[in-house]
Amino acid sequence: MVEYAQEAVKKGSTAVGIRGKDIVVLGVEKKSVAKLQEERTVRKICTLDDHVCMAFAGLTADARIVINRARVECQSHRLTVEDPVTVEYITRHIATLKQRYTQSNGRRPFGISALIVGFDCDGTPRLYQTDPSGTYHAWKANAIGRSAKTVREFLEKNYTDEAIATDNESIKLAIKALLEVVQSGGKNIELAVIRRNQPLKLLESKEIETLVTEIEKEKEDEAEKKKQKKST
Amino acid sequence: MALANVLQSESVDFSNYGRKCRGFSSSLYETELGLESVGGDNLSFAVRTACSDGDGPERKIQFLHGTTTLAFKFQHGVIVAVDSRATAGAYIASQTVKKVIEINPYLLGTMAGGAADCSFWERLLARQCRVYELRNKERISVAAASKLLANMVYQYKGMGLSMGTMVCGWDKTGPGLYYVDSEGNRVCGDLFAVGSGSMYAYGIVDSGLKQKDLTVEEACDLGCRAIYQATYRDAYSGGQVNLYHVHSEGWNRVSQSDVLMLHQQYQAEKA
Repeated sequence: MVEYAQEAVKKGSTAVGIRGKDIVVLGVEKKSVAKLQEERTVRKICTLDDHVCMAFAGLTADARIVINRARVECQSHRLTVEDPVTVEYITRHIATLKQRYTQSNGRRPFGISALIVGFDCDGTPRLYQTDPSGTYHAWKANAIGRSAKTVREFLEKNYTDEAIATDNESIKLAIKALLEVVQSGGKNIELAVIRRNQPLKLLESKEIETLVTEIEKEKEDEAEKKKQKKST
Repeated sequence: MALANVLQSESVDFSNYGRKCRGFSSSLYETELGLESVGGDNLSFAVRTACSDGDGPERKIQFLHGTTTLAFKFQHGVIVAVDSRATAGAYIASQTVKKVIEINPYLLGTMAGGAADCSFWERLLARQCRVYELRNKERISVAAASKLLANMVYQYKGMGLSMGTMVCGWDKTGPGLYYVDSEGNRVCGDLFAVGSGSMYAYGIVDSGLKQKDLTVEEACDLGCRAIYQATYRDAYSGGQVNLYHVHSEGWNRVSQSDVLMLHQQYQAEKA
């Protein structure tokens, strides 16, 4: 049963997460909406608490349930322990929830993988990934959903200390990663960042466009340089 | 107020109405019951039970009537000082009761009220704290530990539990001190004294804490003296003074001094 859930995830739209030094970035591929559909109702990046948020790939309806439970747990934790959750705690909670559904009768596993990002109380940035079987791991950068493999390979090649040196660079890395698999550029990318001690911020499409043009210019410059090198 | 009557509330009290009067004032920190031990359902401890007017269940808690327990925060942690006498009416049942419960190497709980209730629930708390530590790979905070205890006993509210305890420890936010009782109170504070001898102890500690920045020895001495004074004047407190100091590495037992020895020592100092 879990395998079917994992297949459902592989068909979902791509999401990428990057853990920078003072910033964590989540990017998702935005499916093009029908003409009459209002754009804002389809949100794949959601806050779980002031300092934690997640993106998912897979069945949106299943995700809604998981997100709801996670949000309640964040507040329950604040009530009983008088402290905000750590990213690891809430990831563990979500993973345990998913695992329970793989081991009881009459229920099917959740068909989503989630990327959970945020900052702990002590200021460390975190990125975790959960999958339908209920396992979770910490990552420096990861991708889930359609063509996750391609994106992950790109990240493995390009995630260096300089690539995440500044906030802006980390954001650009996320966009570059998504551009590998998303067609037609900035319009189909949704990006969100959390900075330390600040709530989630969704980037506007204008900002994304500017960054995309910046990236494309950099690419051209690189290509120019290479050509010149070859000819000399 | 009708509500206060129904709840027979004590600690957070907005008026003195409906008090069958014992002539003690309830402070925010604790309440105390009379020195008269009529009927057998009085607790000379922090926790007030149903009054003996017939509508509440009669509670016959035998041991540990009357006590003085005290804890205060200072620059280098928390000092916890308790006496060791247990009384049943005018009979001194024991002079060597351990009223400090060691929850884990960095958390202490004091005992006031029913001994069985206190030790049982604090042992349960110790188990919860350990599970938390294993799951989350870090020590539990004092706030969370006291909250767990408060929530556990709140489920039994009105069923006759009697427990007034101070949860003391050190966590990553520094020294922590919470007063938790079986009525559901949970209060954070810098200084608490609980029991029939608490008023006398407050007098000593309040004047001693006026100067800031006590050293560890000064604070220990203050705690000792406060309990001694309480045992001097309160018939229901006595025995030995058990003194603990909670610091960043955990707690350690500073001393156990017999009250009679202390008396001679302080008399000699006066001369």
